[in-house]
Amino acid sequence: MYLCEINLYMLQKPIYLDNNATTPMDPRVLETIIPYFTQQFGNAASRNHPFGWEAEKAVENAREQVANLIGADPKEIIFTSGATEGDNLCIKGVFEMYAQKGNHIITCTTEHKAVLDTCRHIEKIGGAVTYLEVNKEGLINLEELKAAITPKTILIAIMYANNEIGVIQPIKEISTLAKERGVLFFTDGTQAVGKVPVNVINDGIDLMAFTAHKMYGPKGIGAIYVRRKNPRVKVTAQIDGGGHERGMRSGTLNVPGIVGFGKACELCQQDMQADTIRISAMRDTLEKGLLKLEESYVNGSTQHRLPHVCNISFKYVEGEGLMMGFNKDIALSSGSACTSASLEPSYVLKALGLGDDLAHSSLRFGLGRFTTNEQIEFTINAITETVTKLREMSPLWEMFKEGINIDDIEWAHH
Amino acid sequence: MNTTSRIYLDNAATTPLDPEVLDAMLPYLKDHFGNPSSIYSYGREAKMGIEKARKQVAQLVGCTPNEIVFTSGGTESINTAIYTSVNYLNCNHIITTKIEHHATLHSVQYCEQKEHIKVSYLHLNELGQINYDELETLLKLPNTKTLVCLMHANNEIGNLLKIKKVSELVQAYNAYFLCDTVQTIGHYPIQFTDHLVDFAICAPHKFHGPKGVGFLLVNNRVNFPAFIQGGAQERNHRGGTENVYGIVGLAKALEKALNNYESYSAHVLELKTYCYQELKQNFEFLHFNGTLFENNLYTLLNFSVPDEHKAELLIYNLDMNQICISSGSACSSGSSIGSHVIAEIKPSYKGHHFRISFSHLNTKSEIDSLITTLKKFI
Ligand SMILES: Cc1ncc(COP(=O)(O)O)c(C=O)c1O
Ligand SMILES: Cc1ncc(COP(=O)(O)O)c(C=O)c1O
Repeated sequence: MYLCEINLYMLQKPIYLDNNATTPMDPRVLETIIPYFTQQFGNAASRNHPFGWEAEKAVENAREQVANLIGADPKEIIFTSGATEGDNLCIKGVFEMYAQKGNHIITCTTEHKAVLDTCRHIEKIGGAVTYLEVNKEGLINLEELKAAITPKTILIAIMYANNEIGVIQPIKEISTLAKERGVLFFTDGTQAVGKVPVNVINDGIDLMAFTAHKMYGPKGIGAIYVRRKNPRVKVTAQIDGGGHERGMRSGTLNVPGIVGFGKACELCQQDMQADTIRISAMRDTLEKGLLKLEESYVNGSTQHRLPHVCNISFKYVEGEGLMMGFNKDIALSSGSACTSASLEPSYVLKALGLGDDLAHSSLRFGLGRFTTNEQIEFTINAITETVTKLREMSPLWEMFKEGINIDDIEWAHH
Repeated sequence: MNTTSRIYLDNAATTPLDPEVLDAMLPYLKDHFGNPSSIYSYGREAKMGIEKARKQVAQLVGCTPNEIVFTSGGTESINTAIYTSVNYLNCNHIITTKIEHHATLHSVQYCEQKEHIKVSYLHLNELGQINYDELETLLKLPNTKTLVCLMHANNEIGNLLKIKKVSELVQAYNAYFLCDTVQTIGHYPIQFTDHLVDFAICAPHKFHGPKGVGFLLVNNRVNFPAFIQGGAQERNHRGGTENVYGIVGLAKALEKALNNYESYSAHVLELKTYCYQELKQNFEFLHFNGTLFENNLYTLLNFSVPDEHKAELLIYNLDMNQICISSGSACSSGSSIGSHVIAEIKPSYKGHHFRISFSHLNTKSEIDSLITTLKKFI
């Protein structure tokens, strides 16, 4: 079943290269979930009968699979509806729980909206937030981080890997610093978990949010990691009720979702090495192929980066036209999915110092477990063709080719 | 594992997914996997699935599509409504009862302790009924903006609220009304017209829909920012990538439940009536809790066995005989604490309490098996 299903729905057109936005579900995950819809359908909190016990057992098994992937204890895993809820819970939960100690949070400008919007909310309810800038590689400056810590600082919230450029922050250095200064370290691990070896012990992570649908699992389910030892971390629940999930997150458990999340984690752990070798080779081929185009630039660090992601700007090409050129054949995004329907240039790319024009002419490539060499070849050709064609029609490109430096021209307003 | 010979009579805790609902969900678990915020075809298909579901749900419950906010379930929806009322609608007084679901009770307690909101708990009679005059008196309290949190049907004893009456009172005194409709949406053809409530709640896993999804119905006059923040999903009311297949399944389950309302409810009421008669005939010492057949859910029965009849092991013995019922609700982890509902209305009663809850999938012969088995043990 596995292979034929892959053929059916993994290789359909358009070619899917937006695995940072969401991933197709692995057929092995789907297979595992199905019985929990109609047969083992119990409420995991039902203590009186086997339907409940079976559901609870399935949940605890999944909790172990999730914990294993990140080197945690199963008791440190709290299921949520996704990473957005997880980001909210970790940040608001720490802000409430540690109110005695302080009210200051340090984050950075390239975080996902789930973190940034939550931080804005924290500011409205009496918190203070420092937003660290990033350099043109997309990395924060550790000295700036150090300088930002005050006696009132309760949390450093820096993402593991960025969703638009794939850049991996210096997690170990951040956690070491946090530990030295007695500040908790939360990381949004959404894009990294399952793709690179995230280990909460080695990485010194105190809290982390992540989600199943970015790692070939189902939508609507995620988890947070909450450290229980050295130090024991607590968060105030944001959703109260029956006291599920050690009182940190109430509500009837999404058993099929959790089972699928567990399976997805197990598969990631099992396949990570092989997947990474294969996918990063394709990514490198894609990148090399596209960089043959003149005036094309990779955004963000290529050294500290997820193995399946690259983000490239094609100068002198209009972003909208770029997408239109191939969107029947290739599913791609020009920013984060959450804003890709808007025409605002990406705030992440702008934070790297890109101007609006370069930000607009960027594409994010997120390869995945089901990407094939043929798809990459097709993509290189299709994009090369589109960029070349668009540039042929562009007066800016013509000027550039004639040696006029467009950045120096002062445009008259009219 | 043989699950087919089991008799499942705990449908108020959760229900099996209807295979037709699963069929509706499958395309969204496979081909239409895109992120609904993405603009290419995979994203648009997913988005379309959500918006079609929203329209369908709105039509089924008699509201406008923009009044439906999809969430992760009943508990999140209730928390959102209470948080919103206290933080954005300036409610400084909550009227509720002590037999609400824990999602309401614990959120209300949080507001009481942390936000210093005044909370009035309505008195209940021994059937668990409120007094509507007391509600009106409390609504008259000066200098207050009140949120009324009353469940439409109690999940343990089935009592139904006179929702229209409460709605009129709430409107007359310019208060807000959160009605926990988790046990009634999908079981009754409720129409949320004429500003019936400000907030209503749906959890489709209670009517053969999926877990991990639900909706909060928010009346148009209420304007509120997101409770879970980050991303513009659900018109800025709920951040996070949508549970697309769950939302599609929710709509399908609701459609099926309401399209079959007459036959399902007639069948289930017959089961309840039959079960009640059999219980009463065979075990005359049982005490039935709640209003039973008058203004009560047709989907459940709750009874107590007095202490002298040694019912401690009943649940386990039923289990040995493949029969699943509940002692107390499923929604409190560690339900050994017992039922907070019965404890509230029958504080001095010494005995064990049981809830039997039915679905259209149950049969009369299953009730016979239940009665036969019960006879062996009490
Ligand atoms: C009356 C009532 N309200 C709220 C809930 C909570 O819904 P959920 O557990 O789906 O979050 C339930 C059931 O669990 C319920 O029966
Ligand atoms: C870095 C990051 N954090 C958080 C999220 C939010 O995840 P979800 O939409 O599953 O809630 C995303 C993806 O959308 C993400 O890329």
